[in-house]
Amino acid sequence: MARKPSVPQDDTAAAQPNVSRDELLKHYRDMLLIRRFEEKAGQLYGMGLIGGFCHLYIGQEAVVVGLEAAAEKGDKRITSYRDHGHMLASGMEARGVMAELTGRIGGYSKGKGGSMHMFSKESHFYGGHGIVGAQVPLGAGLAFADKYLGNGRVTFTYYGDGASNQGQVYETYNMAELWELPVIFVIENNGYAMGTSMKRSTKSTTLYGRGEAFGIPGEQVDGMDVLAVKAAGEKAIAHCRAGKGPYILEMMTYRYRGHSMSDPAKYRTREEVQKVRDERDPIEHVRTLLLTGKHASEDDLKAIDKEIKDIVNDSADFARESPEPPLEELWTDIYADAVPQAAAQDQNV
Amino acid sequence: MATEILMPALSPTMEEGTLAKWLVKEGDTVKSGDILAEIETDKATMEFEAVDEGTVGRLLVAEGTQGVKVNTPIAMLLEEGESADAAPAAKEPAARPGQGEASRDETGETPDRAPAAAKSAVEAVNTPEPDESPDWPEGTTVKPMTVREALREAMAEEMERDETVFLMGEEVGEYQGAYKISQGLLDRFGPRRVVDTPISEHGFAGIGVGAAFGGLRPIVEFMTFNFAMQAIDHIINSAAKTLYMSGGQMGAPMVFRGPNGAAARVGAQHSQDYAAWYAAIPGLKVVMPYTAADAKGLLKTAIRDPNPVIFLENEILYGRSFDVPQMDDFTIPFGKARVARKGKDVTIVSFGIGMAHALEAAELLVKDGIEAEVVDLRTLRPLDYATVLKSVQKTNRCVTVEEGFPVGSIGNHISAYLMENAFDWLDAPVINCTGKDVPMPYAANLEKLALVTAAEVAEAVRKVTYR
Repeated sequence: MARKPSVPQDDTAAAQPNVSRDELLKHYRDMLLIRRFEEKAGQLYGMGLIGGFCHLYIGQEAVVVGLEAAAEKGDKRITSYRDHGHMLASGMEARGVMAELTGRIGGYSKGKGGSMHMFSKESHFYGGHGIVGAQVPLGAGLAFADKYLGNGRVTFTYYGDGASNQGQVYETYNMAELWELPVIFVIENNGYAMGTSMKRSTKSTTLYGRGEAFGIPGEQVDGMDVLAVKAAGEKAIAHCRAGKGPYILEMMTYRYRGHSMSDPAKYRTREEVQKVRDERDPIEHVRTLLLTGKHASEDDLKAIDKEIKDIVNDSADFARESPEPPLEELWTDIYADAVPQAAAQDQNV
Repeated sequence: MATEILMPALSPTMEEGTLAKWLVKEGDTVKSGDILAEIETDKATMEFEAVDEGTVGRLLVAEGTQGVKVNTPIAMLLEEGESADAAPAAKEPAARPGQGEASRDETGETPDRAPAAAKSAVEAVNTPEPDESPDWPEGTTVKPMTVREALREAMAEEMERDETVFLMGEEVGEYQGAYKISQGLLDRFGPRRVVDTPISEHGFAGIGVGAAFGGLRPIVEFMTFNFAMQAIDHIINSAAKTLYMSGGQMGAPMVFRGPNGAAARVGAQHSQDYAAWYAAIPGLKVVMPYTAADAKGLLKTAIRDPNPVIFLENEILYGRSFDVPQMDDFTIPFGKARVARKGKDVTIVSFGIGMAHALEAAELLVKDGIEAEVVDLRTLRPLDYATVLKSVQKTNRCVTVEEGFPVGSIGNHISAYLMENAFDWLDAPVINCTGKDVPMPYAANLEKLALVTAAEVAEAVRKVTYR
């Protein structure tokens, strides 16, 4: 299923004979939830309700939705700071994610983590990491633990084309293959490391091919096609679960918005963005499959749109109404046991 | 119902901006993602996209308008079949940037945002009594043991006790340890639990932290802490901060250990004491033992601790012997200093190899008729302020001893603590004896000069006792 994105897609239901209506509807719903959630997050940012950095996932939805569709319960995932989509796709509640964005007690980290730092043990989501590339060895470490414990789980370790130029990625490739760790390295190649295009930062641009030097197999996948993503994910998972070590999936994708909310995106043209929106949009792709395959009517999809809108609006309401964390929260969760903080402060708590 | 489109905040610091250009006109149909306007922020010109679909009603702010406050309505968006007349006129901004509804509590009062720490530190000294209980029961058999053997025993005992404890690092297995700390552990526990790594500190430290997230209890050995600078991002950003960032959901129960500080004649890049660096970080615990008994008891505690622990050893001390109690399960709690020598005239506070200089100085001072009390901190985070305070309240004088650089040293912190909490008890300024403010030289004579010595400590004591 390793399709180059430049290859025009055959968007007919006939081309996907094995895909059920339910599956397509689930993909549609899951991707739409991420998109609408992110649009709402952008809106709340504009209103000053979300502060600091806020990196939106709009355009890249098919990557996490396709891989989550291939994953089994108990598999783990870890990613960078562009993490809202990964959280929603892993089953975390929209309310808790949005309330973390607004820095409220109802957020997944009680408001202390923010957009870039959320976690859920229940959903096996291990963050939300702010230092480019740091999640790569961390993800291999999760896989190390799974192999040590012999529990048959795999870990999806997501990072971008920018992180692919971090040295720790290659230290990790070496150890992951050496120790045959059940980790899938998912490179979300959206073409831009903040404002620097692949062409300006990277000499050898087939990122999945960099695994070859370490003996790690990999492939390039059309990351705008949720079905191609899922199929590639299934192949990678089978490789890992068979005890054959890591696998690399380079997802060719695109982000519609800036790197973060404050990115004027002058490094690319409006036409380039519009072209991807018009020709490769992952949600439109599934929508077309649903409609042309007579799996769903316009009205069916409208009903889903409404349902998603309600979830997102409810999460935004919750995120505004949830109180800020109580001031005592400043001093909690620093240690897992009771440890006094530095003396001068301790006396005044 | 018509929706107001508000002037957006497009950067973390933006409060107002210029509506440079409208890219839609009244009556245009827009959908999510369409660009409505160009807005100049304090940093750049940004495109502003529509979030909802609808028809553009009235444009409330003309293009070219400067100083448009964030959250001012700039246009109306109409739903299907709605007319522009239905749209209400512009009104006051709904909220100011950075001030959500929650900035006011239910009574309408602005809550007191002053952090607890901003209050005066000298209001009330409320330090608990020091724990003066002995480290092991009286009558326990003791056996001389090197620090090296003590560390090895601690790891072996904890690996026996807990299947999730494993050791990883360079040359820990087949080579039997670069400093022979892990000698024999591979034979005893096998390659699953004694893992030789490539020379990739950044990578394997990160893998260790990930393994701790995943339910294991890693002991990550650095061949020396000098090499841990390659890995410090994972130690601090990944291990120390995750519990807080996750609101208490997950953290990294693990130990980073290895030799720290100067060895002998190995030059600047291999001779640095990192005690003060790591002790500065909330979320880490930091241990720096001097004796073999402390090395054993504290390492066992470190391995069981539910937090990331920095365990700073010393190459020169590895071969030194000390009495170690022969007990089934000997541990020493964190945050409990040890009074290594009793005295009434001055308190010398030290830790790690600094203790060797402190104790030697105390011996030298006997000839001058000075009885020095020597406190071994043992753990730097948490730090046993109570024992230091009580001793200084008795002696009224304090000298600190450490091998690290002088700026931002542990001694500086102790001095500040005593200024705030024991000002009225001090009869002399606190003196910090540290390594010199230079990279470690290689030449034998210069190296000796760069390190802190017992003679310097004794001289500092004479100063604070006015002898």
